[in-house]
Amino acid sequence: MRLTRRQFVAAGAIGGVALAVGCTARNHKDWDFLSDGQALALAALCDRIVPADDFPSASQAGVVSYIDRQLARTYKRHRNTYRDGLEQADAISRERFGRDLTALSAPQQVEIVGAIERQNRKFFELVRSHTLEGYYGSPRHGGNRDAVSWRMLGLAEPPVLGRAQYDPRRGPAS
Amino acid sequence: MKRVNAIVVGAGAAGGIVAKELSAAGLSVVLLERGKWYTANDCRKDDLRNQRTTVLGNAFGPEDDGNPRVVVDPDGGPQIFLPSDGGYQNNAACVGGGTLSYGAMAWRYMPEDFRMRSTYGAPAGSSLEDWPISYDDLEPYYEKAEYEIGISGDDSGNPFHGPRRRPLPMPPLPPNREFQILEPAAKRLGLHPFPIPMARNSVPYNGRGPCMRCRWCCGFACEVNAKNGSQNTVIPVALATGNCELRTECVAKEILTDDRGHARGVAYYDADGRLQEQLSDFVVVSACAIESSRLLLNSRSRLFPNGLGNRHDQVGRNLQGHHYTGAIGFFDFDTYDDVGPGASIAICDYNHGTPGLCGGGLLANEFIRLPIQMVDRMPGNTPRWGLKHKQAMRNFYKRNIVVMGPTQQIPSADARVTLDPTVRDKWGMPVARISGNVHPQTYEIGFVQAQRAEAWLKEAGAASTVISAAVSRTVYSGQHQAGTCRMGNDPQGSVVNRNCQLHDVDNVFVIDSSVHVTNGGFNPALTIMAIAYFASAALVRDWKGTGFRS
Repeated sequence: MRLTRRQFVAAGAIGGVALAVGCTARNHKDWDFLSDGQALALAALCDRIVPADDFPSASQAGVVSYIDRQLARTYKRHRNTYRDGLEQADAISRERFGRDLTALSAPQQVEIVGAIERQNRKFFELVRSHTLEGYYGSPRHGGNRDAVSWRMLGLAEPPVLGRAQYDPRRGPAS
Repeated sequence: MKRVNAIVVGAGAAGGIVAKELSAAGLSVVLLERGKWYTANDCRKDDLRNQRTTVLGNAFGPEDDGNPRVVVDPDGGPQIFLPSDGGYQNNAACVGGGTLSYGAMAWRYMPEDFRMRSTYGAPAGSSLEDWPISYDDLEPYYEKAEYEIGISGDDSGNPFHGPRRRPLPMPPLPPNREFQILEPAAKRLGLHPFPIPMARNSVPYNGRGPCMRCRWCCGFACEVNAKNGSQNTVIPVALATGNCELRTECVAKEILTDDRGHARGVAYYDADGRLQEQLSDFVVVSACAIESSRLLLNSRSRLFPNGLGNRHDQVGRNLQGHHYTGAIGFFDFDTYDDVGPGASIAICDYNHGTPGLCGGGLLANEFIRLPIQMVDRMPGNTPRWGLKHKQAMRNFYKRNIVVMGPTQQIPSADARVTLDPTVRDKWGMPVARISGNVHPQTYEIGFVQAQRAEAWLKEAGAASTVISAAVSRTVYSGQHQAGTCRMGNDPQGSVVNRNCQLHDVDNVFVIDSSVHVTNGGFNPALTIMAIAYFASAALVRDWKGTGFRS
């Protein structure tokens, strides 16, 4: 079954992944690389790395879109690590709690991320770095939706524009 | 193609100046650049893809595809790095080179920096040496660079700089908040703080306006063209003479030599990947330390089986950069004011004179940290992920100051660039292989510098601090790479003479940071520019129309 992003968001909400509907996808494409199941599992991991407080979590800010987009482009070389790592995360979840990662409570998911950090360092470091890139990096790449993290940190947004007056969110794809 | 007087390989800090000086003197010049001519529109404030944060690639080259390098880890063996990997030690590949996107600190080295061996003696195992030229030789050319490129600042509060005839052409930018916090603290410690000299317009200069103080500076092209590099100063002047042709996306393959051992031109791959030969009376290599030495090593022939200028196995040795160390301080009040470029205040109290150790370096506050640059710069007890990490970002993003500096690396002949025996670039040429390490004293003084940075931050009111002084296992030269074609009077221990002319081949010159004997405790751009003016002056003086006066 292929889900649209909108359906993905709905599925995530059912699965217990806290996704604010107000932040749903602006375009209705399928994922570039991830399967829907992988996207849900990845959202669970990302949201433990940057959880929600009064500002959105990683997946709410579009981090899964960011990672998916890069896995189809610049991060092609990391595809196998992601594929295996996400499988492993689910396997650890079933072994410890008898359920898939997405069905676990937040504290249980924290435990799984900790286990991944110890058992699959390479995958953990990638997910951590990419989550932080997607959350704190430029909105142009699909994460940091509406520059939410920059506003969270108190940065004036949109930034000062100079003579060129281009839209800094747009530009060459990467 | 029409034969020209000179081919300059590389349109960066040095190559742009050489092209301008030669073409202004009436010589015909072809300026080859492997990258493109970019503007700020090609970078667009992308904090994941610029020359400083490269997780999604370099904005200003080279591309990841087909440009690998090999770095030899003493334990792990040779490893392949792509240009966007930190370990690659990239500078840039574009018109302007590093000066398109640099932070633009514009330092003169100190007189002692040219006499390191005389000042300190060479530590055992190091290749510490004096330059064959002095600060006084370079002083007029420092001044020329400051006025032609355009430098703002005021070093009257720095008692440690060498003598200068004229002040800088532009005043410093007004102080930002970090300056205001750090300046009184430095004075209380008995130090001598002053505004950093910058290749950045603080007032209209050279037909362009001043800095607009945005947060997108170091690593980015300037949106208002107020940052001064070779791409918006000397290269347009060179082209306006009508004597200089700039060819972009042209990658030099090798320097061609005749059977009498003279260079006759350069073979290069053009933008369409076709092999071209451009003939010339002489060749200037200005491709930055790693690529310049690689080009010489790749220029092998019957007379030069080990590469051009490499008769005594000196090309590629003494690779060095700077050992960046310092500290981050966390405050319980806001230190961030969103006023670029961020870096504003420096001290030169610790460039020399540390008992028992060679050299040192300036200490300065860091350029503005974009959020992605903060994620690994948290207080010591912060978890690396989770709610506590997010809250630490929220608490400290606007409440931290980084003080660090380019500690002078003590060179070693073992830290070097060679050709990798197996890995090739996309044109089939052997790539650079980086191995060995700088002298261990580098890391000792780097740690001392970090402690000094920490003391300054504590005096400024930091509630907590974290020191950063990582020890590298292989030489890390990075954007400040230098030293691989050492300048010297002894042909057996150096590659070029004081005029940057190869000892072995009198019509080939290396004019860039490769010739630095030592690299000072300062960002090297202005010194690279001064040497380019110095060497160009000698070149024009000695050129007789058909050959060089000997």
